[in-house]
Amino acid sequence: MAEVTLRKIVKSYGALEVVHGIDLDIAHNEFVVLVGPSGCGKSTTLRMIAGLEEVSGGEIAIGGRVVNTLPPRARNISMVFQNYALYPHMTVRENLGFSLKIAGRPPAEIDKATDEAAAILGLADYMDRTPGELSGGQRQRVAMGRAIVRHPDVFLFDEPLSNLDAKLRTQMRVEIKKLHQKVKTTIVYVTHDQVEAMTLADRIVIMKDGHIVQTGTPLEVFERPANTFVATFIGSPPMNLVDGVVAGGAVRFAGDVSLPVPPAFRGRVQEGQRVTYGFRADNLMPAGHAMTGIGETAEIDLTIALAEPLGAETILLSELAGVEIQGKMYNPRPVAAGERLSCLLALDHAHLFDAETGASLRT
Amino acid sequence: MTRFRRYARDHAVPLALLSPAVLVILLVVLLPLLFSFYTSFSNYRLIRPDSLWDWVGFRNYARVLGDGDFWSAFGRTVLFLTVALNLEMLLGLGLALMVNRITWGQRTMRTIMMFPMMFSPILVGFQFKYLFNDTIGLVNNALQSLGLASEPIPFLVDRWLAFAAISFAEIWMSTSIFAILILAGLFAMPKDPIEAARVDGCSNWQVFRHITLPFLMPFIYIAMTIRSLDVARAYDIVDVMTGGGPAGRTELLWTLIARTAYDDARMGRANAMAYFSILLSIFFTWFFFRKLMAARRHLGAF
Ligand SMILES: Nc1ncnc2c1ncn2[C@@H]1O[C@H](COP(=O)(O)OP(=O)(O)OP(=O)(O)O)[C@@H](O)[C@H]1O
Ligand SMILES: [Mg+2]
Repeated sequence: MAEVTLRKIVKSYGALEVVHGIDLDIAHNEFVVLVGPSGCGKSTTLRMIAGLEEVSGGEIAIGGRVVNTLPPRARNISMVFQNYALYPHMTVRENLGFSLKIAGRPPAEIDKATDEAAAILGLADYMDRTPGELSGGQRQRVAMGRAIVRHPDVFLFDEPLSNLDAKLRTQMRVEIKKLHQKVKTTIVYVTHDQVEAMTLADRIVIMKDGHIVQTGTPLEVFERPANTFVATFIGSPPMNLVDGVVAGGAVRFAGDVSLPVPPAFRGRVQEGQRVTYGFRADNLMPAGHAMTGIGETAEIDLTIALAEPLGAETILLSELAGVEIQGKMYNPRPVAAGERLSCLLALDHAHLFDAETGASLRT
Repeated sequence: MTRFRRYARDHAVPLALLSPAVLVILLVVLLPLLFSFYTSFSNYRLIRPDSLWDWVGFRNYARVLGDGDFWSAFGRTVLFLTVALNLEMLLGLGLALMVNRITWGQRTMRTIMMFPMMFSPILVGFQFKYLFNDTIGLVNNALQSLGLASEPIPFLVDRWLAFAAISFAEIWMSTSIFAILILAGLFAMPKDPIEAARVDGCSNWQVFRHITLPFLMPFIYIAMTIRSLDVARAYDIVDVMTGGGPAGRTELLWTLIARTAYDDARMGRANAMAYFSILLSIFFTWFFFRKLMAARRHLGAF
């Protein structure tokens, strides 16, 4: 059993505090993804779990054992680094078997384990090459193989796919998902790519400036973002956000436009309250192209500024109360700039946030 | 001939511009080299210039090969090389690892580390000659005042003590070459493989043994190459400290060659010895370069 528990974890470099008291419970065999913009403290948190970075405050436990002062080798973890960190002077076989050799396992067992890992990752043909003679994708797989030969309690991944091209990244993403299903282990995975986070995670942890902003399943954080930061960070294109004032069951925007308060938020707002109205492009569509069964809707007339055809759908750029917003047309036809379209907004998927703090008004 | 003419005409300006350099190299390097090589086949003595034309074939080489003094100087030089290079490597490695860990005042430490290299070897020789002197030397005085020795220890007279004293001076002077080059290697070393090794279960010693040291080997071999050439031509420190004596007990190749050439004035024979000792230097250079290339091939990914 290897659950990972972080209690009030703080990290400071001198006087500079970069992680501010994080609490996180990761269950046995859970796949948790830490996601957030650059510099928010994801790597630092991961490296503290690995033991590569000293913990300035709080407590880290792996499998119920507090590990704060234990060196990495006493934690039974594996880590895949962003730039692979392979041993350049060893062959692929030696790279894979290194941890077992250090652990003093017999050569026969090492060979068996490395062959097994090589088979899973399709490395059998490269076993006698050195890392310098491999492509980026192959190196990435060696790094992964090195992590799995040991059957550790916890896998730590630090942006393992960020150096790969888009196609290979998609492919490796699937491989990692399969790997987790095959070798059930607790995984903590760091990325700043929200697509990776959504597709891989059992649970997503969204971080910003050294704080955890929201924790939840991919669908939870997508459908019920805790604040405007999560709303814009998760999902592509980012959620449309327009500032307005509550006035008689509706939110009134600049320029005398208004939209009804979404059903989930009725009774949670007061007359005259300043709010931010949020909705995704997926839920704003030309009336004639609307899907059926999208619940309560509101109608808005929009002037299309630009249409971006993506093939299966077309992204429509327009403007609401002086703010640029995006909608989607699901059965594309050519749209000219300047065309006026009557659009429907699915209110069940709209959100209200506090205009000052950005926090969701759902609770 | 016409082809050469055409080439000369087409490249007249570059050829003209190159000619002074070519001329200087011919005069300064090639001519003396050919001359010394010729004299090693003659009975040339400095005091009898006409003996330059006294061609003796391979007699100088044959004599040198059968000369016990030459071979003991040769052996002593190889031993000196082995002792000095290995100790300098170990000390330099230790020094570099220590300085690399200092976070405060590292610059100052690096500068201080270089001090011994700032002195002329002759002065270093004099300094140690007086330190180790058996009547007025600091070391002997200290040992006697502390009651650690009842009578003066003949540091520069006894065969092995003198060898140790000279090695000590050489090592004191040049350890910093190893330290600086290894430190450069430590600075260039990527952090990731070290962290990966720590996660893979290595203790500090195992990280050093399996990751750091292989990465440092090319730097160590570069230092070895430089220093093997340096030590193989060692002359000044030995000449100042013991003059190769007493009675040839500390004679190295080049002190022997210098004595044969200038004191005994037998230039032909000295040159024959010099060509043998150059073979030694060439061997060491070749040896360490091969090691260096192999180590670099290993680290191809960097
Ligand atoms: N050695 C250090 N000294 C001082 N500050 C540091 C140090 N290492 C990291 N930081 C700071 O800590 C913060 C978090 O860094 P961290 O590497 O965890 O970011 P990250 O979320 O992994 O970002 P990225 O997505 O760019 O990798 C950053 O603001 C960074 O500047
Ligand atoms: Mg990072």
